[in-house]
Amino acid sequence: MIDVTSSAPVATIEPKGQRLRFYGIWVIAAIALVVLPLVFSSGGSLTSFSLIGIAIIFALSYNILLGQTGLLSFGHAVHYGIGGFFAIHLMNAVAARGWPIPLPFVPLVGGIGGLLLAIVIGWVMTKRAGTVFAMISLGIGELVASSSLILRSVFGGESGITTDRTALPHVFGWSFGPQIQIYYLIAFWLMISAIAMYALTRTPLGRICNAVRDNPERVEFIGYDPHVVRYIAYGFAGFFAGVAGGLSAINFEIANSAYLGAAQSGIVLFATFIGGTAYFFGPILGAILVTYLQLGLTDVTTVWQLYFGIIFIGIVMFAPGGMAGILMMHRPLVRAGTLGMIIPSYLVALIPTLALACGVILVIETIARYTQGEGSGAIINLLGIPFNATSPLTWFAAAILTIGGFFVARLSWRRIAEAWDRATTVARDRGYLA
Amino acid sequence: MTAAIEINAVEKRFGNVRIIHDLNLSVAQGERHAIIGPNGAGKSTTFNLVSGHIAPTSGEIKLNGNVISGLRPFEINRHGLSRSFQVTNVFARMTVWENIRCAVLWATGHRYAFWKNVDNLPVVRRRTTEILEDIHLAHRRDVPAGLLTYAEQRELEIGITIAGGANVIMLDEPTAGMSRAETERAVALIRRLTEGRTLVIVEHDMGVVFGLADRISVLVYGRIIASGTPEEIRGDAKVREAYLGEEAH
Repeated sequence: MIDVTSSAPVATIEPKGQRLRFYGIWVIAAIALVVLPLVFSSGGSLTSFSLIGIAIIFALSYNILLGQTGLLSFGHAVHYGIGGFFAIHLMNAVAARGWPIPLPFVPLVGGIGGLLLAIVIGWVMTKRAGTVFAMISLGIGELVASSSLILRSVFGGESGITTDRTALPHVFGWSFGPQIQIYYLIAFWLMISAIAMYALTRTPLGRICNAVRDNPERVEFIGYDPHVVRYIAYGFAGFFAGVAGGLSAINFEIANSAYLGAAQSGIVLFATFIGGTAYFFGPILGAILVTYLQLGLTDVTTVWQLYFGIIFIGIVMFAPGGMAGILMMHRPLVRAGTLGMIIPSYLVALIPTLALACGVILVIETIARYTQGEGSGAIINLLGIPFNATSPLTWFAAAILTIGGFFVARLSWRRIAEAWDRATTVARDRGYLA
Repeated sequence: MTAAIEINAVEKRFGNVRIIHDLNLSVAQGERHAIIGPNGAGKSTTFNLVSGHIAPTSGEIKLNGNVISGLRPFEINRHGLSRSFQVTNVFARMTVWENIRCAVLWATGHRYAFWKNVDNLPVVRRRTTEILEDIHLAHRRDVPAGLLTYAEQRELEIGITIAGGANVIMLDEPTAGMSRAETERAVALIRRLTEGRTLVIVEHDMGVVFGLADRISVLVYGRIIASGTPEEIRGDAKVREAYLGEEAH
């Protein structure tokens, strides 16, 4: 046995300042959630904020699997969907029978729905990680999605099941009819879920999840069954996905088969990966960006999925750490005070890179409009400048921007790399980089 | 006193190939026992059999008197046996501190707890700190294990192995690939950390083996051909012929 009474110095406890800063972040987040709708009070932004809040919970729940435990799931939406259907059926039952359950509790029941499904399917799924888990998750996803079209009484077939959220008992005079009240309900559950999921990473289980992600074989030799670790993690992921699904059911007052489908599973994988799986806040960034793009791009272009694909490929190839990874790369430079050494190279690179991006967008839109015929309109509005998709001048401009932009941008990217080398060398000398 | 490890008539086949024939070995409590033998003799397989990485085809293995053959590695670990790996096998993306702490958690009874703050467990913190000091990696505590030097990773590997407080420690070639100075350091570390515990070690460096072991077993083609004190092994004609012959001088 190890002598635990020896007088080795006990590791210093985190300084108070650090702890204050940590709680400060959560308090600021809570205040931001309260104030946000007062600043942006239009109906459109309220709807967007609500959707983003739901997407954040969903993406964070997905990262319990992908980022924390190393499980790549292609069917996470089944828990989201089941949570949604649990919520819908509960709401309809409450309205019909007059049970005294107010709306704010409904997402909890959604979570329980997601958890129950995870308990049922999780044990078999988590027996193995890696490709086996990914394939089973894909299969389960398809299975549940297709059965949702068969079991009409439960899932309502293609049209889904609708509800009326205002028919539930009111609390504090809130009917939960207006979107602002729904926004606050979502914000409340977002805070609770985010804190709970963060806290989970700071528990013995959360740490062992990371160990299972890094090296499941070794975990077996320090007393843990990686299967049990993955199963418990899967349960938590299912629960919080169910909460997100329940909120979605409340928000839209409907649950249908689209909630459970492969597209929904794809979007959450996409958001989590783009945001970055290595940091807790990564999926939050990803969910904000992806939801925003989803809402914004669909109005502007018919080929918005193509842009999603390009962004995804770009992140996978050039920044596998996602947005959070890119941000956190700079932290040692900020600490060492050498961030200033790379900012100029960023600014220099900005112009040709933007030109390249505009060129690519113009090429994509020109081809899209041209092949879709005159019906969708031939005028492309880019940065306020109208381009005619049928005009050779537009093609010429697109080619110049793309090709010229690429060559100039490549030079400027090289300068960024050089500036990085210099900045990290200095940071290393100052002891801020390993 | 019951033997720490007792291997009775264990056989292991992979398909038609018999790797281990009729293996019999007994390691007494508190003994430092080295297993030597030429490449391919089955040393690592023996380790894998005892630690539960693979199950024996037939025969029985006992740990402190309890039958452990056929159990899963984590069950054997909970019975008080811990092993290291020949190829460094750490949690690469986690820091040195986290690596050791994970290895302490089960033994301190925190298991799959998801209702406790891991930073707020004084016993875990103290034990982790002590082990970090013991393996001389306290100054590297916040470095991801994947970024350590090779020798440091080997030390971390030993640290993870002993962190759970198991009373039987198995080290698979702990000094492989180390320089002479690093080897000396590692041997001193092993000697100190396994004080009062049972140690089973596989090693190719005869200097390490004869310097460290109380008893030595020689494994050739999946069979123990001799078992005894370093002097007995040095004097054994069969061993000299089969194995030490080429390497002793």
